[in-house]
Amino acid sequence: MTEHSLKLSYPATDTALLSLKGDWTLGRAQIEWESLRQELEGRDDLREIRLDSQALGEWDSRLLTLLQNLSDFVADRQIALDISTLPDGARRLLKLARAVPEREGASRRQGGDSILHRLGAYALNAWNELLIFNTFVGELALSTGRLLVGRASFRGIDFVRFLQSAGPDALPIVSLIGVLVGAVLAFVGAVQLQMFGAEIYVANLVGLGSVREMGAMMTAIIMAGRTGSAYAAQLGTMQVNDEIDALKTFGISVMDFLVLPRTLALVLMLPLLTIWADVLAIIGGMLVGVLVLDITFLEYLIQTQESMDLGDVAVGLVKSLIFAVVIAMAGCLRGLQSGKNSSAVGNATTSATVTAILLIVVWDAITTILFNQLGI
Amino acid sequence: MAQSQPADEVANPVHIEVSDLTMAYGDFVIQRDLNFTIQRGDVFIIMGGSGCGKSTLLRHLIGLKSPAKGEVIYEGKSLWHLPPDERDDLLRRMGVLYQSGALWTSMTLAENIALPLQEYTALSREQIRELVSYKLSLVGLRGFEEYYPAEISGGMQKRAGLARAMALDPELLFFDEPSAGLDPVSARRLDDLILELNQSLGTTIVVVTHELASIFAIGNNSVFLDPEGKTMIASGDPNQLLKQSNDPKVRSFLTRGEESSETMRSGIV
Repeated sequence: MTEHSLKLSYPATDTALLSLKGDWTLGRAQIEWESLRQELEGRDDLREIRLDSQALGEWDSRLLTLLQNLSDFVADRQIALDISTLPDGARRLLKLARAVPEREGASRRQGGDSILHRLGAYALNAWNELLIFNTFVGELALSTGRLLVGRASFRGIDFVRFLQSAGPDALPIVSLIGVLVGAVLAFVGAVQLQMFGAEIYVANLVGLGSVREMGAMMTAIIMAGRTGSAYAAQLGTMQVNDEIDALKTFGISVMDFLVLPRTLALVLMLPLLTIWADVLAIIGGMLVGVLVLDITFLEYLIQTQESMDLGDVAVGLVKSLIFAVVIAMAGCLRGLQSGKNSSAVGNATTSATVTAILLIVVWDAITTILFNQLGI
Repeated sequence: MAQSQPADEVANPVHIEVSDLTMAYGDFVIQRDLNFTIQRGDVFIIMGGSGCGKSTLLRHLIGLKSPAKGEVIYEGKSLWHLPPDERDDLLRRMGVLYQSGALWTSMTLAENIALPLQEYTALSREQIRELVSYKLSLVGLRGFEEYYPAEISGGMQKRAGLARAMALDPELLFFDEPSAGLDPVSARRLDDLILELNQSLGTTIVVVTHELASIFAIGNNSVFLDPEGKTMIASGDPNQLLKQSNDPKVRSFLTRGEESSETMRSGIV
C-alpha cells in the first residue's frame, strides 16, 4: 500500500503534466479538485493536459471522479487531454461515463427560490387544498344523496368490516383513555377546589368536562390516529396498485364504493364510542373522588347527575358526529390523493392524521363558541 | 386478418381516432400532436422507450386523464365531450388489464370478476357464478374462485386481471405492459391468449409494451413514441416498420440497438 500523490508540473508553457502516484482508492485519496481547478484555470495559455500514471498503484471510483472532473474541465475550454498512459480499465470506464452527455434540463440543482416566491407558492397550494376539500365535501354529499334514493351501492360485507374496526375493535383503547382523562380532570380540579373545601364539585367538573368536551374530542383524536390513518393507508395502497383506476374504468364510483361506507361506519360508531368514553371518564373521576377525596360513591353519583342534563350529552354527540365526518374525509381524501409509490402512502397516512386532528380542534372551537352563543 | 365481421362494423371500421392529442402534466408536456387511428379488430401496439409516455397515452384512451389539447374519438364520439352518463356507458364497453393486475385485494377472485357483473347486469347469483367460473377457465384459473389475490402468483394475478377485464364482454381490451414481470413462457402464453381473444371474438386490442417478441408476434398496427422529440415518429404494422422504416430511432428500437451507432446511445435508453 503506497501513499497517493498528485504532482503538477509544466514541461512547456501550454502543457500541464499531472503525475499520479500511489493508490487512488476511496477513503484514501483526499485531493481537492477545487484547488487543482483554480491552479489550472490560472494558466490562460494552457492547450494540453497530460496524465502520467506510470507510478499509479490501485485505483477505483476515486480516480474516476478526478478524471471526470478533468474531462468536464477540458471540454469547456478546448484543451486536449492525453490519457493514453492510464490503465486500460480506467480509460474504458471514463469513456462509458462520458458516452451519454448530461441531459439538458435534467439537473434539478438550481438556486433557492426567494422567500416571496415560496410564500406565494404556499398560499396557492393552501387555496388549492381548500378547493379540493370543498369539492370532496360536495361529492360526499351527492353520494349520500344517491345512497338515500337507493342508487349508491357498496358491499355489505365491507361495511360490516368497517363497522367492526371503527367500533368494537377500538373499545379497549377508548376505555383506557376515557378512565385516564376522567381521573386527570378530577385531580386537576381537586387541587383548586380543595382550597374552598368544595371537593364535591369535582363531580361537576369531570361530568360536564367529559360529556361536553373531552369525551368527544379525545375519542375523535384516537380514532383519527387509528381509523383515519388506516383509511388513508388502505386507499393509498389501492392507488399504488391501480385498484382505484380499475374501479374508475369499470365506471364504479369511488365515492360510493370506497368513501361512503367508511364514512358511514365512522358516523355510526364515533357517537357510540363517545358515550362509552363519557361513562368511563365519569368512572375515572369517581375513582379519584372516592379513593382520594373521601367523597362517597353515592354523593359523587348524585352530584354528577345533578350537574348535567340531556342537552349537555347532546352537545358532545353533535360534536362527535362532526368529528366522524372530518376524520373519515381526511383519511379517504389523503388516501385518494396519494401518489403511486410506497413513500407516498406513508405521507398520505401522516397527512391524514394531521389534517384530521387539526380539523377536529378547529371544529371543536367553532362548535363550542356556537353552543355558548346559543346558550345551549 | 381473415375473419368475417358483421356488416355494420365493416361500415365503420375506425374504432378509435386520436387527433392532435397533446398530453401534459401541468406545464410539462409528455407528448404532442399525436394523430393515429385504431381499426376495429386491430391488435394495436403503443411502443417506445422507457419514459416516453406510453402508459400516459393509455390513461388518455381509457378516460383516466384528460388531454391538454386534442381529442380521443370513439366511433365518432369525442370521449371528453360526452355527457358523463354516455361516457360511463362507453367506458363500460372496454376492459383494462393493468400492469400489476390491479385486482381488488379485499375480494376473492370470484368477487373481483362478479363485481362489475353485479353492478351492470340483472343476472341472478347463480348465473353470475357460472359466468365467473367460465371467465376464470378462459384464463386457465378454474377452481381458484375463492382465492384472494395475495395468495396467488404474479402471473396468475395478471391472468385473473384479464378475466376481470373481460367480465362485461368488452369490444375493446387494453393491456398495460402485459409481459412485465412474467417469465418468457408465461409471457408467450399471455400473447397467445391475446391473439386468441382477438381472433375468436373480434375484440379490438391495444397493448402498451416494449417487449419486442410480443410486438412482432401479435401487433398488426402500432404507434412509436419518441421521448426526445415528444411526439410520434412512426406508425403502422411493426413487421413492416422493421423492414421499411428509415428512422434511426425506430430501427434501433426494433432491432434492439444492434444497428445503432455510438451516437444513437443517447436516443434509446
